[in-house]
This record gives sequence, structure tokens and C-alpha cells, in this order.
Amino acid sequence: MSRPIPAPTPETAHFWEGTRQGELRLQRCDDCSHVYFPPRPFCPSCSSRSVTVFTASGRGVLASYVINERPHPAFEGPYAIALVDLEEGPRMMSNIVECDQTPQALQLDMALEVTFETLSDEIALPLFRPASGGDS
Amino acid sequence: MSLPQVAVVGAAETTELGRIPGMSQLQLHADAALNAFADTGLTAKDIDGVATAGESPTGVAHYLGITPSWVDGTSVGGCSFMIHVRHALAALQTGQCTTVLITHGESGRSGVGRGRRGGAAASLQGQFEAPYGPMGPPTSFTLPVLRFMKEYGMTHEQLAMVSVVQRQWAAQNPRASFRDPISVEDVLNSRMIAYPFHLLECCLVTDGGGALILTTADRVKDFPQKPAYILGTGESVETPMVSQMEDLCSSRAFSIAGPRAMADAGVSHGDVDHLMIYDAFAHLPIYGLADLGFCERGDAAAFIAEGNTAPGGKLPTNTNGGGLSYMHSGMYGMYAMQESVRQIRGIAPAQVDDCEVSVCLGVGGMFAASGCVVFGREPR
Repeated sequence: MSRPIPAPTPETAHFWEGTRQGELRLQRCDDCSHVYFPPRPFCPSCSSRSVTVFTASGRGVLASYVINERPHPAFEGPYAIALVDLEEGPRMMSNIVECDQTPQALQLDMALEVTFETLSDEIALPLFRPASGGDS
Repeated sequence: MSLPQVAVVGAAETTELGRIPGMSQLQLHADAALNAFADTGLTAKDIDGVATAGESPTGVAHYLGITPSWVDGTSVGGCSFMIHVRHALAALQTGQCTTVLITHGESGRSGVGRGRRGGAAASLQGQFEAPYGPMGPPTSFTLPVLRFMKEYGMTHEQLAMVSVVQRQWAAQNPRASFRDPISVEDVLNSRMIAYPFHLLECCLVTDGGGALILTTADRVKDFPQKPAYILGTGESVETPMVSQMEDLCSSRAFSIAGPRAMADAGVSHGDVDHLMIYDAFAHLPIYGLADLGFCERGDAAAFIAEGNTAPGGKLPTNTNGGGLSYMHSGMYGMYAMQESVRQIRGIAPAQVDDCEVSVCLGVGGMFAASGCVVFGREPR
């Protein structure tokens, strides 16, 4: 069985359009410059409706995680549910791929970069892997 | 003009706790309510205010035969009942009703007559958390803790000590689900649920319920039990997505609800004789102590590990054994308040000497919400 598949809404469609094109898109407030996630058509900091979608760097660091030991139909063996602090400020939940799912391999503050897993014609899910180097 | 004081005059849990396969969730509400009626000498006909979460106040009122003129269905997780107390306080003070019943019942273990929860794929959680495999509280509520450990040097042993200390309290409580002493080694050797959390650092899953009856202070002499006065209350919410909490090392809702309740009550930390901090997982008392200001954030884990909250310690905390050892039906906040009321009345199984002030801090969701109530033996 696959992962639970997100169902985009009008407010989040740009995000999922972005991931299909291999881009991680965030939003920035035109009035106060606040960068935020998850998507919404207004700024949660100053309530302005004037916001702009932009493509993020895809870089971040590992903020925290747990390693789930209970079986989940979409995962094989223990897997980390991670929180990633993005370079632009917001935090998002994700999984860390191309990395052992152990406390030894998963070090807090390690540098990460985004990658995408295709779940359906509509949805490519942003995941993170250890950064390829040079930007840690 | 000063507002009238309000007190809890009736408090009771379900007749049984633990596994109750013979009762639906709605009947657990009613069983607790009937026990609270017996505690006060009232019947459904005397109640004109109803608050509940998990079931609707409509359903509970109709099932019990109550005709309310005030209802509150605030449902923000396990601290909803603390928030009901806060709302009931305002309603009673302003004469919107005279006698409020707050009920909780949850067939958390047996699942009898319990609706299923599930997030829609189009919700923000459905889009931005569910695909990554969180499986309920053990993998969500626990997510911030590695960050806390790194920032403040908290050790695995200190986290385990929360469970060890609460088992010490549970050992004194005949109604506690788990009463046998445990050691740090026992905790760290128990099955890993979601690193860094072991089984014994996660709450129980049980059936049960509880109910409170509140009225204005001018009526407390009409009731057989000692009143527990509501000295102060607070509430707040932060985010339904644990991934979006502002600070992984602090609950914003705790830090608003808790200090507000203590300020309203006019009590300082040194005035507090007894403390309850909703403990769905072992890290919650650590976050709660810091967010309430009982110690510096970096000292909170050591404060517990050194025995300050244990039997004989200077700040007795979670004296029923807590969600980790006493019971946890899913929305535990009602049981934390029941213990505060027992302590104020002087009838708790592990009674704190001369308990005048009890602070009861609840959490809802995964650091999503908080309600706090300060109970007092004497009015403000």
C-alpha cells in the first residue's frame, strides 16, 4: 500500500504543481517579507493578502525526528518521521531518504536537500536526503 | 463590582476504570455524571449547564435528561475539560446558568460506541503530515523531543525518570492501572515505540470517565463535600500540526494558559502545594514545568530526576500516577482535575499535606491546545 495521498485544495494547488516540476515552492508576504508554510493565500504574520509564491532552495537541516518502530503499510521496517528546518525559515514534516534510519546516521542539524517521490499523476511528495556536499 | 466566586461541589470518576467493555462511550459520560450527582445530592433536574467534549453536549444533555440554558461543546483535545471549567466560571459569574455539569467518557481501550477519527486527505495535516507516516500520538507528540534533548542536554535517563517517579505515586493509588515499581533500566529496556520513546514512556490506553459539578460559592454550604474553589483559569491554542509549533522546546499554549491561570489566581510558584501536568508522554511534565515557570527550561528534566516532584519532594506532581500509570482514555484532562479536587478536599490516596493550592495544566492534541485551572481550598 502506498502512502496516504494528499488531496490538493485551491489554496495548496501551486505547491503540488511545483513538486510535480521538481520545485519546492514557498510563499513570501509582499508587505512584511515573512516566509511561511503550509500554503495559504495570506500572510499568517501580518494578515496581508498580498503574497508571492517562489521556489525555495530545497536546502534545510534536520530539526528533530522519531523513528517509528510500529508497522506502517507504506513503509518497510523502522522509519524516521522528520522535521526539517528549511533555509528560508519554515519547518516541514518529511522523511529522510538515502540514509540509514538510525540515531547514528540521523544527526540533528545535518544538512539536507529536497528530492521528490512520485505518488500519483497529480502528487509528487517532497522528501529530503543528506546534502550532496559543500553546503553543510 | 466583584464577581461571585465559583467552586467545584461535585466530582467523580466512573465506577470502574481500565477495561469497561460493558459500557458505551456515552454511558461512561452518564456513569460519571450519576456518580457526581450522588456526590452532591443533585439530580439532572438541578443542572442547567452542560459542557462536554468527545460527545456533543446535546447528546449528553438528552441522555441524562437535562434541560440546559447554557452549553459548551469546546472540543480541542484532552484539555477541553479545563477550558470548560474556565467557560463555566464566566457563565456562573454572570448568571447565565446556576449549576454546570462537565462530563467526560471515553471507551479508549474497548472502543464501544466510539466514533472513528481520521484526517481528510485535503486537510493541511492530510497533505503535509500524513504522507510521511505519523501513526497517532506516539509518533507525533514525541517529535519535538530530540531537539529538546540536544538544546538542553536532557538525557534518555532523565526522560525515563519521569515514568519512574510517576509509578512511585501510582504505587500508592489502588485505582491505578500500573502500580509495580519500575527502574530507569526497566523503562529503557521496554520496547521501543518511536525512538527515543519506549513503551513505558507512553501513556496507557484505557476506558473511563469523570464529571464535575460547579456552582457559585454562596451555595457551597448546601453540599456535603468540601468545595474546591476555582481561583484562576487560562486557555490557548497553537496549531493542529505538531510540525508547525513555533518552538520545538516549548508549548506556546502552555506558556499562555498556565501563567494566565496563576496570575488570575494571584498565586506565585511558592504558593503551589500540588501540581498536575497532563502526561500523555514522559516529556510533557518537563515542558510543563518550564512553561509554567517552576524552573528554567534546561533544569526541568533534572528537577524531576532529582525527586522534586516525587513522593516527599517539594512539588508533588501527578500524584495519581498520571497518564503514564493511573489511566489514560485519550482525553485525560478530566482525570487530572479529579485528582486536583481530591487533593484540595484532602481525600486523595496519596494525599499531599495541607494542600491549599493545586495547579492543573492540560494539553490538547499534540501541543495543539492547553487549558489550566488553579484550584483552592479557600476562596480568593
